[in-house]
Amino acid sequence: MARITEAEVRHVAGLARLAITEDEVTHFTEQLTKILEFAEQLDELDTTGVIPTTHALDLKNVLRKDEVRPSLPREEVERMAPDWENGQVRVPAVFE
Amino acid sequence: MSLFDHGVAKLHTLIKEGEVTVSDLVKESFDRIEATDEKIGAFLTLNEDAFEQAKRMDELAKTSDNPLFGLPIGVKDNIVTKGTRTTCASKFLENFVPAHDATVVERLHDAGAVTIGKLNMDEFAMGSSNENSAFKVVRNPWDTDRVPGGSSGGSAATVAAGQVLFSLGSDTGGSIRQPAAYCGVVGMKPTYGLVSRYGLVAFASSLDQIGPLTRTVEDNAYLLNALAGHCDMDSTSATVDLPDYTKSLHGDIKGMKLALPQEFMSEGVSDGVRKQIEEAIETLKSLGATVETVSLPTVKYALPTYYLLASSEASSNLARFDGIRYGRRAEADALEEVFTYSREQGFGEEVKRRIMLGTYALSSGYYDAFYKKSQQVRTLMKQDFANVFADYDAIIGPTAPTVAFKLGDQLEDPLTMYANDIMTIPVNLAGIPAISVPAGLSEGLPVGLQIIGNHFSEPTLYRVAHAFEQANGGFKMPQL
Repeated sequence: MARITEAEVRHVAGLARLAITEDEVTHFTEQLTKILEFAEQLDELDTTGVIPTTHALDLKNVLRKDEVRPSLPREEVERMAPDWENGQVRVPAVFE
Repeated sequence: MSLFDHGVAKLHTLIKEGEVTVSDLVKESFDRIEATDEKIGAFLTLNEDAFEQAKRMDELAKTSDNPLFGLPIGVKDNIVTKGTRTTCASKFLENFVPAHDATVVERLHDAGAVTIGKLNMDEFAMGSSNENSAFKVVRNPWDTDRVPGGSSGGSAATVAAGQVLFSLGSDTGGSIRQPAAYCGVVGMKPTYGLVSRYGLVAFASSLDQIGPLTRTVEDNAYLLNALAGHCDMDSTSATVDLPDYTKSLHGDIKGMKLALPQEFMSEGVSDGVRKQIEEAIETLKSLGATVETVSLPTVKYALPTYYLLASSEASSNLARFDGIRYGRRAEADALEEVFTYSREQGFGEEVKRRIMLGTYALSSGYYDAFYKKSQQVRTLMKQDFANVFADYDAIIGPTAPTVAFKLGDQLEDPLTMYANDIMTIPVNLAGIPAISVPAGLSEGLPVGLQIIGNHFSEPTLYRVAHAFEQANGGFKMPQL
């Protein structure tokens, strides 16, 4: 049984850095349980020894030359940032 | 009569001869959007510079040799456009103006296509009905009480409504093909790696692929010519020789061997869709192809496999939306709260559900049971397809099990909504290409024929789709 508990839902929301309401906890517990029970049908398939597909095409590592290229101009990046000061993104304090 | 009733080839001639100007075409787009988009809801942002660009291009029209020169295109709003708002239909990116163009956008501009605007979609491409847009629903031009499909609902509806000549969509589990089928247009999901994903806001990186939506198969081939090709900025970009896709449209499919998987005609398929597909099969046979029933036994596991893999990848990809460098930032006193509240306020319900599912599937203790297992099933599914392609040129079947459903009909149960994608998802899991081409109407609504091929067999798909389209009558414009 893949029954997911409300405590697990809270834990997962924490891992996902997602604030959720009590209503959402109830809601997601119900829906995720359903989806995970649905997913249990995969157990019918014997996958012993089957190599997992990590990529649709059989590509090898792709490397490029370690050469300097132009990156985004700082003023463009500043334009996107919610809070910016002296060439840096400003955020609230990490520690008190 | 719309200028867009001419396809790419004819418009190119008209532009070169000075019979039609780029400004005429841009005006045609904006006039049609003005007249119809309140009903349809396809566009989220319009390119206010389009008329200026058109004027400049009119000066160059006679010397341009690119068939896409001057043609109006709509771009799905998860493809970044420099200086033009790119929202992914999410509140998180409501005011996000990218600093660069996606590779496909660069290529379109190099070809001379004119971007008319950015197209509505399900938030972060998660959905099959376009009802997950944070801003507004898109309505199906064939029946505005019905969904256009998703997630590229805006991309399909805008072409069907005659607002642009063609558009770009993205397809992670059917998001180009299913809306193309619901709206009666042609939609191609290319082989994974054929079209650069650089600048496509990532949903599930091992499945995502950008592709063209058009009125006709020929226009689709023209557009793919411009999009395909290796890109240094996408490490999963394939390095293959590129054919001229328009060269495969010679109409002859005599002797081609087509396979019909019995799983694609199972009881979930509505009678109306079944009837249209059976007629399509007769048409293909009358053109000289053979059609035989085959089995893809693992296809029945495609839905759980897909939702575990795609959600896992999404939970990782969407971790970048933290409210720090761009996008929405919630007011908060501590850094941790900036993350959690920005994400809570910025993401809609379906996005949260998939982030939760994916985070759970990847979390310690569950990884082997869900993520690894799904990747193993994916291997089996690839083998299933490979077995069929050893004996057949292409696979055919419906694109979706039903015609477009009513707005609100499937919102309650995510599993019912997910089931719309049962015939399209296996294609993404295997990384192979597939095209949806209009196959007549059922209850007055379009049905799509899906043609699936082996890796890099787009020329074969275009050949079959074109022959079928020629025999079947091609694009029909809904009454709006």
